[in-house]
Amino acid sequence: MPDLTPITPLGGSSLRTDTIGAISIAEADDWALASVAARAGQLEDTLTRARKLTGLDLPGPGGLVAGGDWRAWWMAPEAWMLATPLSASEDIVAAVKPALGDAASITEQTDAWARFDITAPVGFLERLCNVDPARVTPGTATRTVMEHMGVVVLRHGDQAFSVLGVRSSAGSLHHALLTAARAVA
Amino acid sequence: MIINHPLLGPRDAQEFTYLGDATLIDRPDGMADAAPEAFHDYLHLRDNPAGTHRELWYHEGGDRSWLVVTRDTRTHEITRVDLARDVALQRGRGA
Repeated sequence: MPDLTPITPLGGSSLRTDTIGAISIAEADDWALASVAARAGQLEDTLTRARKLTGLDLPGPGGLVAGGDWRAWWMAPEAWMLATPLSASEDIVAAVKPALGDAASITEQTDAWARFDITAPVGFLERLCNVDPARVTPGTATRTVMEHMGVVVLRHGDQAFSVLGVRSSAGSLHHALLTAARAVA
Repeated sequence: MIINHPLLGPRDAQEFTYLGDATLIDRPDGMADAAPEAFHDYLHLRDNPAGTHRELWYHEGGDRSWLVVTRDTRTHEITRVDLARDVALQRGRGA
């Protein structure tokens, strides 16, 4: 077997953190991700089973919840993303599928996304995408577009955000974030 | 233009792509006897109203849902937005 070395979403050997003025943008790869889509007519069963697994109530449109080792956010009608620490659950489907059974379809998403953890005033994100600070309060997940790239913006706290974008365009997303940070810093 | 998404509230039109007339939901039965004529009408015949028009929009830069938007083609005023899923289910499709 060849000895393969893992690389980060930006292609480096270690995670990158940029600090520009009061804004910090940190590449992060410590979440395992799986999408959960309720199968036809199985919404209630999906919610019950997910609660048993994670202790969380899967949120309604635009919602983000966190507790214990799990995070869940709304992705689409009757579909959510589940996140858990990668160190605890490298094979997240093996952890999720037995609990959800045939109620929902699970897709492993860990390596499909690039995540940047951002510390910044909410005005920083207004530069980049359609987030309305009055609506995008802590505990919301917004799917929108940044420079033509589809992203998910999670707001954890007043100045704590995560932006998830498609991994294959991680470099472009990182560039967009840095450019906006330099413009407001 | 702002589209008032039934689940997510007002979203910028930049996040959406347009498909066309909402009658595309009423796809004919391809196995019926009159299928060729029905498909000819379905594919090629469209009303082109100056006024209220029901049309399909896709929230591509968002939650990927299909919407039925009622828009005045003269003023671009949007008077109603429904999830296409609800419209289709109401019409007995997609069950």
